[in-house]
Amino acid sequence: MTEKLLGYKGKALHFLKEVEAEVGDTIRVSKGKGTYEGVLIPRSEFSDGNHVVIKLKNGYNIGILVTQETKIERVGAGQKPTFSTSPLPKQQEELPEVTILSTGGTIASRVDYRTGGVRPALNANDLYSIVPELSEIATIKAEILYTVFSENITPKHWIKLAKEIAKNIKEGVAGIVVAHGTDTIGYTAAALSFALQNIPVPIVLVGSQRSADRPSSDAATNLIGAVTVASKAPFAEVVVAMHRTTSDKAIALHRGTKVRKCHTSRRDAFKSINTLPLAILEDGELRMLTQDYQRRNPKREVIVKPSFNEKVALVKFHPGLNRGVIDWYLDQGYEGIVLEGTGLGHVSSQCFATLRRAIAENCLVAMTSQCIWGRVNMNVYDTGRDLIKIGVIPLGDMLSETALVKIMWVLAQTKSVDEAKKLLAKNVTHEVSDRTVYQDYER
Amino acid sequence: MQVVVINYDKIGLKVGLEIHQQLSSEKKLFCNCKTELFKGEPETTFLRRLRPTQSELGQIDPAAFFEFQKGTQVLYEIERETSCLVEMDEEPPHNLNPEALKAALTISLMLNAEPVDEIHIMRKIVIDGSNTTGFQRTSIVSLGGVAEILGKSVSIQHVGLEEDAARKMGEDSRVLKYRIDRLCIPLVEIATSPVIKTPQQAQEVAFAVGRILRATNMVKRGLGTIRQDLNISIRDGALVEIKGVQELELISLVIENEAQRQLSLLRIRDELRRRNVKENEIGDDFVDVTSVFDNTKCKVVKAAIKDGKKVYAVRLPKFSGFLKEELTPGLRLGTEMADRARFWGHCGGIFHTDELPAYSITKEEVESLRLIMDAKEDDAVVFVAEETENAWDALKAVTLRAREALAKVPEETRTAKPDGTTRYMRPRPGAARMYPETDIPPIQISAEYLRNLRKNLPELPEKKMQRLTRDYKLNRKLAREILDSEFIKLFEEIVNQSKVSPTFAIVFLTETLKALKRDGIEVEKVSNQQLSELLRQVGAGRIAKEATSDIIVWLSKHKEADVTESIDALGLGMLSLTELQVIIDNTIRENHSLLAARGDKAFGILMGILMKQLRGRVEAKRLSEIVKKKLSKLK
Repeated sequence: MTEKLLGYKGKALHFLKEVEAEVGDTIRVSKGKGTYEGVLIPRSEFSDGNHVVIKLKNGYNIGILVTQETKIERVGAGQKPTFSTSPLPKQQEELPEVTILSTGGTIASRVDYRTGGVRPALNANDLYSIVPELSEIATIKAEILYTVFSENITPKHWIKLAKEIAKNIKEGVAGIVVAHGTDTIGYTAAALSFALQNIPVPIVLVGSQRSADRPSSDAATNLIGAVTVASKAPFAEVVVAMHRTTSDKAIALHRGTKVRKCHTSRRDAFKSINTLPLAILEDGELRMLTQDYQRRNPKREVIVKPSFNEKVALVKFHPGLNRGVIDWYLDQGYEGIVLEGTGLGHVSSQCFATLRRAIAENCLVAMTSQCIWGRVNMNVYDTGRDLIKIGVIPLGDMLSETALVKIMWVLAQTKSVDEAKKLLAKNVTHEVSDRTVYQDYER
Repeated sequence: MQVVVINYDKIGLKVGLEIHQQLSSEKKLFCNCKTELFKGEPETTFLRRLRPTQSELGQIDPAAFFEFQKGTQVLYEIERETSCLVEMDEEPPHNLNPEALKAALTISLMLNAEPVDEIHIMRKIVIDGSNTTGFQRTSIVSLGGVAEILGKSVSIQHVGLEEDAARKMGEDSRVLKYRIDRLCIPLVEIATSPVIKTPQQAQEVAFAVGRILRATNMVKRGLGTIRQDLNISIRDGALVEIKGVQELELISLVIENEAQRQLSLLRIRDELRRRNVKENEIGDDFVDVTSVFDNTKCKVVKAAIKDGKKVYAVRLPKFSGFLKEELTPGLRLGTEMADRARFWGHCGGIFHTDELPAYSITKEEVESLRLIMDAKEDDAVVFVAEETENAWDALKAVTLRAREALAKVPEETRTAKPDGTTRYMRPRPGAARMYPETDIPPIQISAEYLRNLRKNLPELPEKKMQRLTRDYKLNRKLAREILDSEFIKLFEEIVNQSKVSPTFAIVFLTETLKALKRDGIEVEKVSNQQLSELLRQVGAGRIAKEATSDIIVWLSKHKEADVTESIDALGLGMLSLTELQVIIDNTIRENHSLLAARGDKAFGILMGILMKQLRGRVEAKRLSEIVKKKLSKLK
């Protein structure tokens, strides 16, 4: 398959090659029943090889079945389907400097004919040309770090990202914005919260739930919010900036360790779990919802600890879970296991033997709850008490995803299990709290 | 304005129709919501902004971009039965509704259009807020086609399947209000080639296509369920798109008006040229003339100044008198400028010297305005009272329209008003407004599926017409009436399965029901099943024709009631022969002397007395037969 005939295969490809037609050319397709003329359009690679897609003069695309009686003529060379970006707006030097690091994902994406879906844009400047308003908020330094779907991001990407952010912070920028796919933005936010401590300026992760190619996308509103926060927020923490409600009105700033994607598609999919968001940005005004936060202070020295141990697993308990699953992890040499237990923090007694084995083999085993909201408490029922006795560590109201990331980080900071346990018990970056008030669940 | 009869052939009128018909599918086009509208207050609302995007060819619609720059926001109203996350653009669309696709393909085949092999859903950028996504999902289902209309064939360009837009509920300054219940209701679009030559023909084509649509029984009925867009041009004029003609009866009037409007604009152009007006003399020199109106009595201007707005004016050299020139009834060149100013400047309207002094603006104010603007006698001055940015946008739109008046009839999209006139809506969008809807894979239409559809196509209206007149011995007028009504299917069922007279059934289902509706009876509350039962009972001789109206009134107030219940409740049961004879005998006895005295007139008198007493419980014809017999025995 060539770029010139993007997505075509089989019979259709053969026919098009024969007349040396390329995507963007005007072609005429004749069949027994009619003649169709239009611009040859790329075909999604998941579609079959029997149809040719053309864009008619009225703008509509249609697919034409290629059969033995089909005749294709190349009528003329046409405009190739390219993206022209508008020129970058002029930067105002006196504004604070913000670095936008792009990792891929929906906030910077356009229509893609390869998959028939949306795909990340080709360069970070796209962000800037799509949202010229940014030039009135900050001077932007845009950089593409990598272009991966967020489900393909691994701890190695976190490490590279953390180092790049640290470098930019040391160069004295007013704040960092990380454009990230929403599926795993919460994990990355937690990872950065542990890897970058004592930060002097905000680190704002941002994504979008509707692709940037459509007029209704939340990408621009979120990005404007993120850059505003990065450039002038009074706090210096890792946060995720996304729509607070379905309206294009307010942006919620969620702490990186307390945020979770709670809906597959809504704009307001992200919620702070067991706490309120750190702040709300509405009509250009930032409102802090707590006074317990680290203040912005450009003189503060960032502490960089960008390492993660990938031999940590997150295991969701369910009725009938075969404990052999946990055994497999141990056989593979896993050093940490986060259990996502039921209710207050339980797994079936069937698993006890394997958990004893884990602890005997110096594997760190910790408990979170699949209820999502609330904290584990393993003193209430026998099962909980048994698990504590076995050596499973309860993690309070920590999100299971955050717990996974934290243990990955902890086990990369020390080789000693005792040290690791101490670090795990410590509240490093607001990942755990000791009290939950009523409204934290309401929101 | 002179009213002259236009020779449409001579002016080169060309009309293309785009007919949009809502389908009656149970569910929406890309989700499983009901295809209904809600009344009353919305359950909740949400606010959005729409940002223009690049299409695959990298172009942006200028009007769309302008709206965005203005910071326009949209408030959407929702209710749970009629919309879900899909309409809110909070969830990707589901697969294309197969029921709607079947309807669109059926209609295609009835119009002899050729279905495409693979349907590609497109996103047509529409950034006026009427679509939460910022685009309308639309597709071409078939191409080509010929509709036979009154012996002439009209070529069809394409049949499309698309989602309806949200309903506009209002607008205040920068916030547009839409209700999304209508969004995503399936619509078929039938676009004819621009081959229609007269207003009358356009109307006939629309009627004929409408009949074909209804013949499928897959379309909605009632106001707002069918909307026509008209593409109209005349020689030397321009292609103007008129949107939203809701009544078929208005089509010819709208076209007549548009042809007249373009002719008037061409005449004005020639006169302006004769007056030696030059395009480059019409400049964008906007002057702050607020001081002229410091003590004005004009309420609009006074209120604006009080709000901190300014009055800005522009001089239109040698335009005096042209702004009040009528283009079509009620529409002047000044109106066209005002509409442009409203669109681009979001202002309430404009003032111009052709209509002043008026609106409590004094002669003195006009004179000092002219003085400041350095306006000569044959110059016109236009002004607006608005915030600076809007005022300038409004006046820029005015001067642009003035320059266009010199050059040509502008291509634009207009909206149809209920009186058949049209008003400026927006510039004609460019062609590059479409890109693929990547969330829905292309849909292949198999030859097998089409073969099956072809086998079971509904009868074409013309054929049906012939059959109705032949099988039910109807005249064309009656046949046409039932064919155009929503009851054609019900009618055939009833008539084929009962003894009711076809003529009576038609008159009842069309005229009687219409008359009752006019009198305020909620006839739509009577179900088809009740109507059917009622007519069957008439056929069986159990209900008198004269009683049917009363029964409908009763049924409209008693949901789900039986027709038999209504007969009992109203005491309208048919009388048996014995009962009748007793009543007639008694009546004759009571009036014996009177009847004897009146001789030949006795029959009429007796019938009068009896009918008063028995209306609805006996057929008049039957009664008269018995009465005649009885009277003849008396003699």
